[in-house]
Amino acid sequence: MASATVIEVRGLRTEYGPMCIHDGLDLTVRRGEILGLCGGSGSGKTTLLREMNLLMRPSAGKVEVLGIDVLSAAEDALTPLRRRIGVMFQRGALFSALTVKQNVAVPLKEHTDLPARLIDELALLKLALAGLAPGAASLYPRELSGGMSKRAAVARALALDPEILFLDEPTAGLDPVSAEAFDALIVQLKCSLDLTVVLVTHDLDTLWRVTDRVAFLAAKRVAACAPIAELPRHPHPEIQAYFTGPRGRATAQAAGWTRA
Amino acid sequence: MPRRTIVETDTDADVTAQAGTLYLRGAWTTQHLGGLVDKIGTDKIGALIAHDPRNGDPLHVEAGGLTALDTAGAWVLYGLLRGLEARGSEARIDGLEDGHRALLDLVRDRAPPSLMGQRPAAPPRPSDPGALGRLGRMTMAHLDEAHAITAFIGEVAIALFEHVKRPARLRTRALLGMLERAGVGAIPIVALLSFLLGIVIAYQGGLQLQSYGANIFIAELVSLTMLREFGPMMTAIIVAGRTGSAYTAEIGTMKVTEEIDALTSIGIPPLDLLVLPKLFGLVIALPLLTLVADVAGVLGGMVMAAVMLDVGFQDFADRLPQPLVYRSFLIGIAKAPVFAMIVAIVGCFQGFRVSGSADSVGRKTTVSVVQSIFLVIVADAAFSILFSFIGI
Repeated sequence: MASATVIEVRGLRTEYGPMCIHDGLDLTVRRGEILGLCGGSGSGKTTLLREMNLLMRPSAGKVEVLGIDVLSAAEDALTPLRRRIGVMFQRGALFSALTVKQNVAVPLKEHTDLPARLIDELALLKLALAGLAPGAASLYPRELSGGMSKRAAVARALALDPEILFLDEPTAGLDPVSAEAFDALIVQLKCSLDLTVVLVTHDLDTLWRVTDRVAFLAAKRVAACAPIAELPRHPHPEIQAYFTGPRGRATAQAAGWTRA
Repeated sequence: MPRRTIVETDTDADVTAQAGTLYLRGAWTTQHLGGLVDKIGTDKIGALIAHDPRNGDPLHVEAGGLTALDTAGAWVLYGLLRGLEARGSEARIDGLEDGHRALLDLVRDRAPPSLMGQRPAAPPRPSDPGALGRLGRMTMAHLDEAHAITAFIGEVAIALFEHVKRPARLRTRALLGMLERAGVGAIPIVALLSFLLGIVIAYQGGLQLQSYGANIFIAELVSLTMLREFGPMMTAIIVAGRTGSAYTAEIGTMKVTEEIDALTSIGIPPLDLLVLPKLFGLVIALPLLTLVADVAGVLGGMVMAAVMLDVGFQDFADRLPQPLVYRSFLIGIAKAPVFAMIVAIVGCFQGFRVSGSADSVGRKTTVSVVQSIFLVIVADAAFSILFSFIGI
């Protein structure tokens, strides 16, 4: 049996020059959950995400991803680990010189010895799983709308069937209908592909609808990590402001939590 | 129920046939599929089940040996099942874990129609136009480019005229920045290369002069060729590679990131902010750099003359102040602003031609450098013809 913890962060410290972003931050991500990261601007959500998906090394502390301590591991050991995680960047980060289908095929071509035709089919399958119409496969990233770019980016993140999917602001810049459809996609992918999802978002709707637990970053550490329904009652002033302001209350009510 | 426990010791995916049963084995995951796909390529499924005496009967697929399945594996498995069905064997699959079955169903449900059955015919390739057709297309493309660059020169001229009417609008800070980057920054490389060029000219020319005992004329040889031709041209070529390419890349990247559109919508004409300071900067910097090249080149010639031909620095310098040398110097310096305009305009123009993607920036930068060096040499040839025509 695989262990129940996929990511373990202990005593994390991050410094940008003289600025300290995280200090003694602890976080645990459990297998099969959707964990939301939220907090005010500049609270280090995206930085934390980058440290968990191996793009950045923290200054001190311990980060263990899928049982591998990424701080002490050699670069050789990180490459196989990178294949087991998928990342969707905030603005998609699709390769502009390639079509959507070729974008999805890049990880498959690089990391597998599958024949070209099968890679082609798998790329189309991933695009279909991400809810993109087949016609979009031959388009270039600049020809896509915001929602389509995000779906294409998810398809690329899923190319190697990762165990963990990181999403940075998945619904930012989407219209309400697309954002809602994207929320549904996240849940559906997580269930059908047995994923663990970590997402950074400011979107309260996404937090209420999608996440199993929410980690709230404040004062350089995780101030609270709990199912979202418990957060509005949390005593921390920043969490109070975040969830019981007018926007927070409206989404809470819409989601059927009319307390507070 | 971990459906995809990826363990390093996972065995490669495999399938074997035995007495009407296909046994699936190993990890059917992206990393372990390679060998399997070769084995069950569509035409080989037949071979796999052909020696089975009960061929044609409902075929039993036993999935008990399957250790892991991901979407890629599910897709290949689904392809296998479809292949069997196409041969009239109705495949029954047993021993599949619930999670694996759910994944197989997902792939079956969500497979894009284009992958089912016949693949759509590839879009017809445009027929080969033949040599004449290609020549025609290339001609049209070049005419197109010529048209566009002419239009661009016109736009720059209009913007320039607006500036001359209201000199206060000149962006001094941007201009000074350009002067520093394109001018001061280029001094070391321009001086070094010109110095070496002076040495080469003095050495090659000196060999000939020596055999006639005309050593002292090395001063005229080096100064005339350096001041009139090589100084301005070398400088223009170095600047085209150094600064022209930077102009293209800068404007091109701004185009890709929509910064050009942002400028326009804020009400700052991109030509004003991006092109004119570059143009002015280079028109001022290139003659000054040419001066540096002249001095360094003549110095290189002097060193070589002293070493090889026994023409001392003093003797060399004494022969420089004469009308012919002055005239060459002035002609050389006068050509520099024209070269500067060519480099700046081609560099900026190609930057604006960038469309969409990152590799377009690279291609246009290459075109920019090649085109500006080409045009600089063409312009130099045109100057030579013009000057010989009017007799200077």
